[in-house]
Amino acid sequence: MSESGVHYDVVVIGGGNAGLAAALTARRAGARVLVLERAPRELRGGNSRHTRNLRCAHAAPTDILTDAYPDEELLADLERVNEGETDELLAALVAARSAQCVSWMAAFGARFQTALRGTLQLARTNAFFLGGGTALMNSYYAAAAKLGIDVRYDAEVVELVLRDGRFESVTLQSNRAPFAVRANAAVVAAGGFEANLDWLRDAWGDAASNFLIRGTPYNTGTMLRALLDAGAAPIGDPRECHAVAIDGRAPKFDGGIVTRLDCVPLGIVVDRNGERFYDEGEDVWPKRYAIWGKLVANRPGQIAYAIFDAKVRRLFMPSAYPAIEASSIRGLAAQLQLPVEPLEATVAAFNGAVQPGSFDHTALDDCRTAGLSPEKTHWAQQLDTPPYAAYPLRPGITFTYLSVRVDSEARVLATNGVPFENVYAAGEIMAGNVLRKGYIAGIGMTIGTVFGRIAGESAARHATK
Amino acid sequence: MQLNELTREGARVMTVCNACRYCEQYCPAFQAMEQRVTFASADLNYLANLCHACGECLYACQYAPPHELAINVPKTFAQLRVQSYEQYAWPAALGAAFRRQGVMTALLLAGVMIALLLGTALALNRDALLETGTAADFYAVIPHGVMVALFGGIGLFVLVALAVGAARCVRDQRTMNATAAHGERGGTPAALRDALTLKHLHVAGRDCTTGLEVRTPWRRWLHHATFYGFTLCFVSTCVATLYHFAGTPAPYAYSSAPVLLGTAGGIALFIGTAGALLHRSARDAALSDAAQDNLDRSFLVLLLLTAATGLLLLALRHERAMGLLLVVHLGVVLALFVTLPYGKLVHGLYRAIALLRYRREPDRARAKEAP
Repeated sequence: MSESGVHYDVVVIGGGNAGLAAALTARRAGARVLVLERAPRELRGGNSRHTRNLRCAHAAPTDILTDAYPDEELLADLERVNEGETDELLAALVAARSAQCVSWMAAFGARFQTALRGTLQLARTNAFFLGGGTALMNSYYAAAAKLGIDVRYDAEVVELVLRDGRFESVTLQSNRAPFAVRANAAVVAAGGFEANLDWLRDAWGDAASNFLIRGTPYNTGTMLRALLDAGAAPIGDPRECHAVAIDGRAPKFDGGIVTRLDCVPLGIVVDRNGERFYDEGEDVWPKRYAIWGKLVANRPGQIAYAIFDAKVRRLFMPSAYPAIEASSIRGLAAQLQLPVEPLEATVAAFNGAVQPGSFDHTALDDCRTAGLSPEKTHWAQQLDTPPYAAYPLRPGITFTYLSVRVDSEARVLATNGVPFENVYAAGEIMAGNVLRKGYIAGIGMTIGTVFGRIAGESAARHATK
Repeated sequence: MQLNELTREGARVMTVCNACRYCEQYCPAFQAMEQRVTFASADLNYLANLCHACGECLYACQYAPPHELAINVPKTFAQLRVQSYEQYAWPAALGAAFRRQGVMTALLLAGVMIALLLGTALALNRDALLETGTAADFYAVIPHGVMVALFGGIGLFVLVALAVGAARCVRDQRTMNATAAHGERGGTPAALRDALTLKHLHVAGRDCTTGLEVRTPWRRWLHHATFYGFTLCFVSTCVATLYHFAGTPAPYAYSSAPVLLGTAGGIALFIGTAGALLHRSARDAALSDAAQDNLDRSFLVLLLLTAATGLLLLALRHERAMGLLLVVHLGVVLALFVTLPYGKLVHGLYRAIALLRYRREPDRARAKEAP
């Protein structure tokens, strides 16, 4: 095995938001920095390239954030989705430091949307990147180039070489023989294992073969596994992943935002036997979309169909794929290759159970069914206005929760609780410290930015002393 | 790409974009897109003509090639724009000219025009053409009546062709899928300001892109120089026409309004077009389309030659070469005139109409937007 000639202060494994935040911070602190990005340049940025915003506390309205969002409230939101199971200290750190994210990012060229347009319901709590996460990554990479950070694309790290809890080098895959890059400190910001279907099968069995991965195909968890094998303490449920129901026609990987479907509460959802299986109108969609991935994953063939009629057609964001249409339920069954009689029976039973009410898709209305199993408790309207339309649904995996434990300096902790001397982690690979279950919009980017900066600072301090 | 295939591709691209909307604060094209659920040919024409090809949305796109969804909005819109020019052209048979021109055809046409004028001048005023003295008397070379008949006639045709194109564009907009109420009024001053300041070329307060993370003001300033230079030249001609009929025939002194306006305009036009030709060869090729590129270049070359020969003619109007230079200049201007309704000029017309429509489409958020 050969060695690259240059010896860096800090090597950053992973070129997404957390990795770049770490690299920029370390470089600013005077370190010689190398970023290893596994993707080619065109697809750089990990899952950050699919993101759109970041959650941040602020005391008063700004041009990009409305009203105020105290960090205590952000912390309370975090504790609520975690049902109390978060690392209090680290969660408080994320909430407190979130307030500085926007100005820090802007200093590296990030631009944000103004809070002007009404389509942004999250304008109080979340700052939206102008053009989205890919534009943010472009700004970061341009800033990195300007500051003299070395970036290597198509750089797959196959081994993390540690000796007695001390990082020595990384081994990179290349066309020829693998070679080593040495550095005084490593920041591991290489994401979770959601794109590793074999690993997902360990947790989900063969059903995982039918999962779609919403983000980058490069998050295969190689670095997560390497750290765990080296004795890092795991945190977060190793079987858990954030799964939403997305358009079943989406690409296997990297489908991102355009595969999402918001139409579930407006109609009914049936499995491939033509049967309903869950209350589509249990709550407003932002509070329920994250359970539907697992609901669909548990159905035969990991597929379901959201069916609605012409009445609600314009009430939700369109998907990137056209709805499948027919003038009758029978015709729709044929198009979807669903058994005709069961589907007709399901729709007839549903229509018969719909109670009178005043429909309002913007609120928890009083339109419900009575006598069905399962009931639909809101927005239940008869399916009676052709054309009928449907979207196929499949589980779309956004991220995995299994992480390595870190301390407040972003140092990776060994199973005995002692930190590794010079190994730091940031982003999804350590997000499980703060986010054990559920999700709140934009928190992944907040964790990545806050801990990326902490990791970069800690690593530079260690590497250059 | 075939007409229908391109329309289908445009609808596919817009459907993906409409499900994403990350680019919504870049420019009006995306805001207008959000008013629609499906995209018919007319909607695509409108959206494409709203686009100023600033390029931001390609670099920001998570679905840009090599992603399998292969979304490239600037390129798709550039292709759709050429298609819309062709669709609106009058007479329709000449619409094909939009796809069949480039620098070579422009030069060829200029050559033909020069030859025709040369023949005319030789036949009418052989001596004046070759033996011009210091009087700078253009009309001795090409008589005033001939010039008026030629340029007046072609000018009239150009105006009719552009007017029909504009009418077809407006009629096309009426078949759009958007819910905008017909017969909306107002917004004209705002739309005019949007067009004249190229407001949407420097999106969100930053200059438009030349490449990934490369933003320069050049494209905007060169466009301003070209457009306002052209306008000054046009005004100069109009003023000279007034002078003529007021009983003060050419030549005019260097300090006269027509010469001052024409000189300022000519210099601006020269700088604008020469700069634009240089700048666009430095621009990321992924942002454009071959047909659109050819249109740009042929128009720029004719404008550049018009400015260059005009300035040269002014400088040498007391020299022997004046006669030949005049013929060359007028030949180039004739070629430019003839191609106006079938070249890049129409982008300004259809963009202005699109910007007006944009100002008239209902959008609650836009009401809050700064004027």
